[in-house]
Amino acid sequence: MTAQPQRISWTNNFEDALARARNEHRTVLLDFTAAPM
Amino acid sequence: MYSNPKVAGFVNENFLPVRVHVKDQAGDFKRLGERFNAQWTPTVLLVDSNGDERHRIEGFLPVDDFLPQLELGAAHSAFARRDFADAERRFRAIVDTHAKSDVAAEALYWAGVSRYKANGDPAALKDTARAFSANYSESTWARKASVWAA
Repeated sequence: MTAQPQRISWTNNFEDALARARNEHRTVLLDFTAAPM
Repeated sequence: MYSNPKVAGFVNENFLPVRVHVKDQAGDFKRLGERFNAQWTPTVLLVDSNGDERHRIEGFLPVDDFLPQLELGAAHSAFARRDFADAERRFRAIVDTHAKSDVAAEALYWAGVSRYKANGDPAALKDTARAFSANYSESTWARKASVWAA
């Protein structure tokens, strides 16, 4: 079997991510993009 | 950039990734763009758990430049939460792994500061100034560290 390339688990809800960051003492990566999605 | 396996792995391991599209999520972009003063794309922000920006990357970068920027941001985030041992480890990893990158000199500087903040020993700063005499001696960061040499 060939390993699948890792994909980023994006969300588009900043506030939810920030709340999770507070609980887990983590950092949010916020990407503003105009690229096709 | 994000399709690169090293970038994707680092992002998933170190951050909670949020993507806001300027047109598809125009309302979110207006609100968050104003909050963080983002006026161009791509703009990548590393935001700590208090909602404070810790690092900013504006404009496209190739993977070999983008990954060290992400690593620098993760190191600065560790420094900001006063986890100085983790911050030093991360800053030194950038110097070791991305020695020729634009951010290596900055990482060397902050590695020394992190060690000093962790143990209070001024030798950490003096050693850093000495390290700059061997590498990155023309950088702004070397000039900043020069005050520690005496």
